Amino acid sequence: MSYCSKDGRTTISLEVDGKRVKAAVSPRLLLSDFLRGPCAAKGVHVGCEHGVCGACTVRVDGQAVRACLMLAIQTDGSRVETVKVLGIADAMHPLQERFQARHALQCGFCTPGILISAQTYLREHPAPTRRDIEELLSGHLCRCTGYTPIVDAILDAAELERR
Amino acid sequence: MKPAPFDYYCPRSLDEALALLAQYGDEAKVLAGGQSLVPAMNMRLARPGVIVDVNRLPEAAVIERCDGSLRVGMLARQADLERMPVALDAVPLLAQALPHVGHWQTRNRGTVCGSLAHADPSAELPLAIVVLDGAIEARSSARGTRWIAAGQFFESYFQTALQNDEIVVGASFPARREGWGYAFEEFAGRHGDFAIVAVACAVALEPNGVASEVRLGLGGVADKPHLAPLTAYCGRVLSQRDLPEIANAAVADIEPPSDLRGSARYRRALATNLAQRALTRALASARTACDGLAQ
Repeated sequence: MSYCSKDGRTTISLEVDGKRVKAAVSPRLLLSDFLRGPCAAKGVHVGCEHGVCGACTVRVDGQAVRACLMLAIQTDGSRVETVKVLGIADAMHPLQERFQARHALQCGFCTPGILISAQTYLREHPAPTRRDIEELLSGHLCRCTGYTPIVDAILDAAELERR
Repeated sequence: MKPAPFDYYCPRSLDEALALLAQYGDEAKVLAGGQSLVPAMNMRLARPGVIVDVNRLPEAAVIERCDGSLRVGMLARQADLERMPVALDAVPLLAQALPHVGHWQTRNRGTVCGSLAHADPSAELPLAIVVLDGAIEARSSARGTRWIAAGQFFESYFQTALQNDEIVVGASFPARREGWGYAFEEFAGRHGDFAIVAVACAVALEPNGVASEVRLGLGGVADKPHLAPLTAYCGRVLSQRDLPEIANAAVADIEPPSDLRGSARYRRALATNLAQRALTRALASARTACDGLAQ
């Protein structure tokens, strides 16, 4: 059994975006704050902090989850991936490229969470329907786009990846 | 929006976890999927002094068919069930209810047993297990294992028959039986939001078309899943024309709450409509099941 007192810290060791990370964390530190702070993964956006908005969605051991609803201390030994794993401006992931082409973002606050969700979902569901993507996006709040271009972009990307 | 400080334990065996609960009583909270507990902690609605994180218990995520039931272990995620066609086929009501439970992203973490233990009165899984007449397996270090019938498990808003030193170690959902039809209906503001009203329905038909059981439960209309008393409609052949009357009877004795998402009057109207829809689909699916038997 492992134990950490409320005032104490436990050293955790995990992989974040392909890099080994070792850090001492207090039990109450949320994964979202751990990623943005010590790990400097600023692509993890923190919106509502109670699991509703989806902006902090990351991948933990292959599953898309809310980083604000996990404790950092729970991820000892895990592999955590943020939006950084998708691509860079010069070599965009098909999802990112389609988001740009379809104007699927405006302010961009919700985008990293949606990209991680979509990438993970498409691995399991390579040929989604429009309805599937709408349901997927029910787990994300976007206040700019009205969602339609996001659905279009994800469907485009799914088709590109099937080719 | 950060949790208040707490002492953190991560036991590696169920015995260790149970010993911690016996030691700390109501000071301790069990952390499984955390999709309800952690938001409550972030908002400081819950301030447990001790967290017992059960996520590293071995063997706790088992999902298996046994004796006409589907047994779901304490750490089985809601999405684990969704990804198991055998399980969904075994319990059609669960297959219909699961897509309404939160969002895909929260079902990846949220556990079936955690949702039962949390006992939100508008939650889908408590409603489904009550309508199916399933059972919850609770364990403590002092008293060992006991099974609690779903009908007795849910007591009020976020209140269950669980004692402070007990953990839900599993749940048993009765599998589909011959001649039964099932339907789940829900209305929420957006897909994945808390249900304003949810309805689960199970109907059993004899080969001659007589309804031997009509079970209908309502979520979001009371402090716990509400099982409508519909025995008066058993022992009869039911036609589509009877369904409005049964739906009205199903909501006759509810006193739904009024809140920002809907007035009591609105909830009652919604419950009536959803009940009729669920009855229609459950009856049709029971008929198909019976036709399958006859052939």
